[in-house]
Amino acid sequence: MQPFDVVVVEHGPVVLRVCRALLRGADADDAWSETFLSALAAYPKLQDGSNVRGWLVTIAHRKSLDQIRRQGRHAIPVAAVPDVPTREITDLTDDELREVLTRLTERQRRAVVYRHLGDLTYAEIAGLLECSRDAARRSVADGLANLRKIYTKGNER
Amino acid sequence: MNTNSLADQDVIDALRQTFSHDMNTDLARLRTGLTSAAEKTGMLDVSYRTVDSPIGRLLLAATPTGLVRVAFACEDHDDVLASLAETISPRIMFASARFDDVCRQFDEYFQRRRDRFEVQLDLQLVKGFRRTVLGHLLEVRYGHTASYAELARLSGNAAAVRAAASACSHNPLPVIVPCHRIIRTDGSIGKYLGGVEAKHLLLTLERGS
Repeated sequence: MQPFDVVVVEHGPVVLRVCRALLRGADADDAWSETFLSALAAYPKLQDGSNVRGWLVTIAHRKSLDQIRRQGRHAIPVAAVPDVPTREITDLTDDELREVLTRLTERQRRAVVYRHLGDLTYAEIAGLLECSRDAARRSVADGLANLRKIYTKGNER
Repeated sequence: MNTNSLADQDVIDALRQTFSHDMNTDLARLRTGLTSAAEKTGMLDVSYRTVDSPIGRLLLAATPTGLVRVAFACEDHDDVLASLAETISPRIMFASARFDDVCRQFDEYFQRRRDRFEVQLDLQLVKGFRRTVLGHLLEVRYGHTASYAELARLSGNAAAVRAAASACSHNPLPVIVPCHRIIRTDGSIGKYLGGVEAKHLLLTLERGS
């Protein structure tokens, strides 16, 4: 079994970009820290040969849901949905891109994030979203198609 | 702007780039926070850092009990940490501040301003007779040397010269537990895990010439 430090160095970036895509600044940091602290607690019992990245993204998934649940109690309703910025999609800030992501359904958003930022397999995503592998694959494809549509439409005005 | 031709891959690239910005700064800060949270919750079983010295970069590793391992660069620090993960615990994290005091003592030692280390030790990596030998190594004072035969006799088994030599070559806490002060009966320097040059340097340093 590798030293936990090696796990943090190797998978810290993937977990952070997943957290950042789902949560705002300080909340993303908190979710990252909570993910690795729980992972550290369970690490000695992790079976050899486990998919460590998949395991960590799964914990991050739960921690991000916890964060959102906690905030739900103090959530302030958003008055108006801001316009999609009229810049190339690669030039958006992370806040702007996260806002674009929130226009997807929860399932599509998480499916896209876990597939393309967390590098999970469709089977792993299916496990997290409690759906079939085909449904997970469809959610990723639909999510990407919708992102293209939302972004392109936003920029036609 | 030609957004109509936006492909899935463009969206994927944008997601990956945007959410990876300034990652190293944030990760460095998060790792430090994680280490202190791990320490506070009693989940940091082994902490480590490296320190530069005239005998090369040394790896220092400690448990909550005390310093458990000092490793030379030639031992490959990654291998040493992997082996500590097996023998002690895989809950290993980089923790710099934990070693401030021992690093200061190393600096003083190499500047000839210190002739003994005052550090809590954790000898869990050493068992049986080897542990007895390490205890007696600490009796060989700065600037002095002893032979493997003398060390065996000090350790209560004059016939166990090879075992005493073996305890020295497997010493998990070199420099601090001074196995470099043990030389051959004929006065030649003998072997050293950190290399004969390192042993020579330490003995010369301690002779004060």
